[in-house]
Amino acid sequence: MRAVVSRLGLRAIALLYLAIILVGPLAIVFWRTFEDGFAPAWDALTTPETLNAFKLTLIITAIAVPVNTVFGIVCALAIVRRRFPGKGVLNAFIDLPLALSPVVVGLALFLLYGENGWFGGWLSEHGIQVLFALPSMVIATIFVSLPFVAREVIPTLREIGDEQEQAARTLGAGGWQTFWRITLPSIRWAVIYGVILTTARCLGEYGAVAVVSGRLQGETETATLRVQERYEAFDLAGAYAISIVLALIAILVLVAMTVIRPREETA
Amino acid sequence: MSILVKNISKRFGDFVALDDVSLDVESGALTALLGPSGSGKSTLLRIIAGLETPDRGEILLAGKDATVLAPQKRNVGFVFQHYAAFKHMTVWDNVAFGLKVRKRPKAEIAERVDELLNLVQLQSFGHRYPAQLSGGQRQRMGLARALAPEPQVLLLDEPFGALDARVRSELREWLRQLHDVVHVTTVFVTHDQDEAMEISDEIAVINHGRLEQVGSPRQLYDEPASEFVMTFVGDAQPLGESLVRPHDIELLAEPAEGAIEAMIVRVTLLGRDAKVELHDASGAEILVLMTRDRFEESGYWRGQTVWAQPVRERVFSA
Repeated sequence: MRAVVSRLGLRAIALLYLAIILVGPLAIVFWRTFEDGFAPAWDALTTPETLNAFKLTLIITAIAVPVNTVFGIVCALAIVRRRFPGKGVLNAFIDLPLALSPVVVGLALFLLYGENGWFGGWLSEHGIQVLFALPSMVIATIFVSLPFVAREVIPTLREIGDEQEQAARTLGAGGWQTFWRITLPSIRWAVIYGVILTTARCLGEYGAVAVVSGRLQGETETATLRVQERYEAFDLAGAYAISIVLALIAILVLVAMTVIRPREETA
Repeated sequence: MSILVKNISKRFGDFVALDDVSLDVESGALTALLGPSGSGKSTLLRIIAGLETPDRGEILLAGKDATVLAPQKRNVGFVFQHYAAFKHMTVWDNVAFGLKVRKRPKAEIAERVDELLNLVQLQSFGHRYPAQLSGGQRQRMGLARALAPEPQVLLLDEPFGALDARVRSELREWLRQLHDVVHVTTVFVTHDQDEAMEISDEIAVINHGRLEQVGSPRQLYDEPASEFVMTFVGDAQPLGESLVRPHDIELLAEPAEGAIEAMIVRVTLLGRDAKVELHDASGAEILVLMTRDRFEESGYWRGQTVWAQPVRERVFSA
């Protein structure tokens, strides 16, 4: 009896905590957005600046996610399957974006690509605009979303071991054939899971992009920057509407993850 | 196809896995690499397959240098102790793998896979996944998969080591029969001397990274080249200055030249054999095996003092 009470008590505490921290604020955002009906929210979403912000977020995500997926898989393979000097350092550095504040990342990019930065001078001489433009925003986003695929794939690779890959080699498969036919199918759920997390991180990135983008309305403003801009302009309806779309995407990502997870366990 | 191992050495850090090993594997034979765990036998097999690179020495396959050849170019079949089944593929696709990566025509692949599944008696399991098979079935699949691309050499690394005793002896018998049909040069690694004695044409005994002796099962048993081989292949015990096998000792009721006085402390009747345990004057144990009929004819009893006379013994200089 006591056990039942304490179990229910624990559940109640967990749920209450989630309600206060997560669900409450989200619910308020939903409520405020649709307070005056659907039309104002729709109008706020379809201004050219907001549409451009969403477009920019999607473009950045569409570049950063594939780049980090390939990088993550290559890194994971190198760390688990190969021996080379500096492996420990690489393994530690993959986690750096998790530990580092995105604002610091943004400032670091400033130091590299700014007028007086290491590459800045050379780049501006050749007419390549990095800061306050798409390239720096993509680089910043790639940086902050870098660890997720590698961190998902590394434990899976360790777990499956390399016997299947060795078997494939003795059966006549070359390196590429072994990767495509054996390794990749074996880690596919970890890769998909990592891609989902990376996507979520890219869509939500704010700090680093805020620093390097210059936040030019309708030009270098992503969806998250747009939320902030609307809020500061006292257009709360607009800020809420954009937030809702971002929140819906996040929920979609969560649903995708829960759908995949049980399959991963039975596979 | 013949396999020639020339002066192979391999270290893992400070550990010497193989120390100057040379071995000539006859074409078409079934050869066992026998040794205790950690003796280097699996490393030698993996070097032949190209899964490890030797520090020194050469590997010749069919007379051609293959020392640095990639495993996929050696045309060897490899069977792993823990099956190494492709978990995301059906049994059929597992067996077809070696043919698919060689881009063989579809019809040919289908024919060959069906033929092999028949050979390993898994014809009705083609659509299953490895997780749905028993250990013995998985290993038969592993064999079919290794044989599918018609390798010139079949290498098996403790193929029955993960299976229970009954399945192990079944599969061992079955491997021998399979070899008589397929006739591919086969090398298998085992730490089980019965397994090696039972099915191989030739046995190479390896200990501490060195080759102790190569010969037929009979040669190893009757003419062991070292104390290690004598004690590892069959039972042996010290008697006086020499090593002797338990069934190579005769018990006499009277003292005789070369016979050692001992007292019978225990007699166990094991079906058709009798196991007689004796203690000599110093209390050291001597084990004697004889047929039960012979023991009963002799009329010896527990507590009796007898003389143990070695019929066949060997002395190895240290």
